[in-house]
Amino acid sequence: MHNKTLAELSRSLRNKEISSEELTRLLLDRCNKFNKSLNCFISLTEDKALSLAMEADVKIKANNAGPLTGIPIAHKDIFCTHGIRTTCGSKILDNFISPYDATVVKQLESAGMVMLGKTNMDEFAMGSSNETSFYGPVENPWDKERVPGGSSGGSAVAVAARLAPAATGTDTGGSIRQPASLCGITGLKPTYGRVSRYGMIAFASSLDQGGPMTRTAEDAAMILNAMAGFDERDSTSVDREVEDYIAALEQPIEGLKIGLPKEYFDERLNPDISQIVHDGISELEKLGATVTEISLPSSTLSIPVYYVVAPAECSSNLARFDGVRYGYRCEDPKDLNDLYCRSRGEGFGREVKRRVMIGTYVLSAGYYDAYYLKAQKIRRLIRDEFQQALKDVDVIIGPTTPGTAFRLNELMDDPISMYLSDIYTVSVNLAGLPAISVPAGLLNGLPVGMQIIGDYFAEARLLNVAHRFQQVTDWHQKKPTGYE
Amino acid sequence: MDWEVVIGLEIHAQLATRSKIFSGAATTYGAEANTQACAVDLGLPGVLPVLNEEVVRMAIMFGLAINAEIPPRSVFARKNYFYPDLPKGYQISQYELPIVSHGQIDITLEDGTTKTIGVTRAHLEEDAGKSVHEGFGNLTGIDLNRAGTPLIEIVSEPDLRSAKEAGAYMKKIHAIVTYLGICDGNMQEGSFRCDANVSIRPQGDSELGTRTELKNLNSFRFVEAAIRHEIERQTDELESGGKVVQETRLYDPVKDETRSMRSKEEANDYRYFPDPDLLPIEISPDFINEIKTSLPELPDARQKRIMKEYKLSEYDSSVITSSRDMADFYESTAKAACSVASLDVKSSKLTANWIMGEFSAALNRNSLDIKDSPVNDEMLGELIKRIDDNTISNKIAKEVFDAMWNGEGTADEIIEKKGLKQVTDSGAIEKLVDGVIADSTPQVEQYRNSPVEKQGKLIGYFVGQVMKKSRGKANPKQVNELLRKKLAKD
Repeated sequence: MHNKTLAELSRSLRNKEISSEELTRLLLDRCNKFNKSLNCFISLTEDKALSLAMEADVKIKANNAGPLTGIPIAHKDIFCTHGIRTTCGSKILDNFISPYDATVVKQLESAGMVMLGKTNMDEFAMGSSNETSFYGPVENPWDKERVPGGSSGGSAVAVAARLAPAATGTDTGGSIRQPASLCGITGLKPTYGRVSRYGMIAFASSLDQGGPMTRTAEDAAMILNAMAGFDERDSTSVDREVEDYIAALEQPIEGLKIGLPKEYFDERLNPDISQIVHDGISELEKLGATVTEISLPSSTLSIPVYYVVAPAECSSNLARFDGVRYGYRCEDPKDLNDLYCRSRGEGFGREVKRRVMIGTYVLSAGYYDAYYLKAQKIRRLIRDEFQQALKDVDVIIGPTTPGTAFRLNELMDDPISMYLSDIYTVSVNLAGLPAISVPAGLLNGLPVGMQIIGDYFAEARLLNVAHRFQQVTDWHQKKPTGYE
Repeated sequence: MDWEVVIGLEIHAQLATRSKIFSGAATTYGAEANTQACAVDLGLPGVLPVLNEEVVRMAIMFGLAINAEIPPRSVFARKNYFYPDLPKGYQISQYELPIVSHGQIDITLEDGTTKTIGVTRAHLEEDAGKSVHEGFGNLTGIDLNRAGTPLIEIVSEPDLRSAKEAGAYMKKIHAIVTYLGICDGNMQEGSFRCDANVSIRPQGDSELGTRTELKNLNSFRFVEAAIRHEIERQTDELESGGKVVQETRLYDPVKDETRSMRSKEEANDYRYFPDPDLLPIEISPDFINEIKTSLPELPDARQKRIMKEYKLSEYDSSVITSSRDMADFYESTAKAACSVASLDVKSSKLTANWIMGEFSAALNRNSLDIKDSPVNDEMLGELIKRIDDNTISNKIAKEVFDAMWNGEGTADEIIEKKGLKQVTDSGAIEKLVDGVIADSTPQVEQYRNSPVEKQGKLIGYFVGQVMKKSRGKANPKQVNELLRKKLAKD
């Protein structure tokens, strides 16, 4: 049962082959069994899950169920959940019980979904390996010695190890797509503004976007149908009608114009991964798509731009964690300054401190123009190049990551190399575009993802292309061994 | 040496919205601590600000009232600093692109001339909470009720040249925001506050001297007093060979002095940057026009109208219109005081005198606002009507006013109850006059033996005696006339 996709479970529940309570118990048992080593959950919310499952069963029995009613889901611990500890992977929020639900949590709950627990993540979503979490690293189920990627590493692993059919993630520079790629699942980062950020603990407000992490594009479409939409509590969410993402899935992709950015396939890319992505594109060509080479020259600057903009915003966003109102407070502060310095000094981990310091620096008087303002200008350039390219092609395809999952601790002392693992994903956030990563192959037994980037609000198109791809390939059905 | 004083004011006016600038929490003053702070005001993880559009409308009203530019696009920025009553660790404000810029207002100087003062900019921002130091032992309490209250910060050009000018400017801005109804103007509750940047330079110099910033000037009186003291302090400093240090100084109204709070070296680098949680404010010309057509009458226009319509002097009309409440009260009282359909000059002037005199004095004595006065416009109007139609004298009217203030009833009720109706019956008055003349032989002698120019003074004695006998009720004019006639005869 746990090997079924979300779409299959939806049918099983409504055909009453299994009850939501049974399914929830089954998955909770798996979570309890495998989480000890995988460490993909920070908190399991068993009581909440069972009561939601029973509510769902009442609706299912009354034939009053929607497509998501009774289906378990795991939430990244960046989403605030009412009455439940919400840590954001940080010691500074280890004791924080949120008094409210994030909009995304509320939407999925009102669609009938059953929250299983809160997944592990890089501290404040700052990391690409899930190793910066206060709650320890997460194992990649494909190889226990390797990282699952990050920052939504816990969510990716929960789905890959079949502990949950779906999970929420957030993506600031690749945090949904990169772990999806490294764990062999499907991960969608929607257009900036498509999904509400209210209640999603901010890392870099102009880049953060929540999205679904599932096994298939169809499943992602089902979740996005419930997640997307305007939220009056989020001024940056866009008041625009939500399409039916399911309805668009089966459309033929004949005539689809695919652009391949030459900068994504240069010498920095592992040639085996390049081959896998090209093989994937060939499958789409067989379905009638055409391919042209395009150029996104400024995209090579995306990592430095990102590491100015994101830290600048985070240095301000994380100022509220000051030990005054909630969260960690140091013992016996001797004065106000001591309270601030030690609460933050003891509460934040190394990577968070590094980024807060970078951000504080680039916003400082005398440096603002040279760093922050310059970065914003290049950001506009990156966006303009994408928009120009997307006038000629429907989607842009390339690798999600330059390599497969790396070893635990391999890059922890080399932040620059760690940052470079997001080289193909960050420019999409800088431009605010939607993109999806789908499993496209295995390299030495490790999953490789292919990234499909679309125009603003072209989620339906992306899901359609991904779904057609998954109809003719079986990479998304491959699963790590040992989680039967 | 002669010094020129250069002053610029930063005024924070709290916008009179029902809810906060970025959340739905109420803005009511004086609620129990932290009961008017929602998740957004508390700066909980994950919350986001949503702009209250009412504040945009109010800021545009202010911009139009001071003939300012209202650019089509303005941007919120974060001002980053740590303080316990600043929940997010940054204040949402405006920096590079404020909602209002380049305005001006006219102030009237003591010599009656007007001077135009430039307003550099006015921007929207959220207020911080309050630190509470009493009642927590050696800890500090935080009350976040005020956090997120909408403010408009109005920054003047350094065009002010004296404490008096600063006071006049502040009063004018106060009048404008209260006339517009965008601020309640209550200074005790902190709805209208002011910081002053003060420097001096040798007369004739074009370069500005080093300035200090004075904080906490929450009354018109304090602003002038604090600036005067600061000018003296800076003058003493420079004339004794010292230097003015750029710093923030706090005015202490109890000791009537300013003292150093922090120097420039300790100043924060606020690391302003555009707030990514909020979209830029886009303002269309249509929206501005819509607001323009609905603007209420402003202080200058009202002063001119009242001067003309009620035939008041320039001085009286400017005092009457110095606050919207007083102007409203004046107009309704003057209408109530008028016994005929159209306004008459006498009762209009009488109304002005009463409001500026007796009525204002009573309010001040009791520290009351016009709105809370026990004597309302109708009541005061009736009293003035009775003076105007000679039912009572101005002197008796003061007694009636006090009784009204103490809640003893309306003017007519009090006059009736206390028997204060003026005696105008000439027979009755003549009887009193005759009695006084008969009882005052030496004074009569003296009067009759005095030159005419001295008689005017001496007659006061007889008037006083008659009024005393009538218990104040005799019509003084009639008494006067009759006495002159009778004393003249032999």
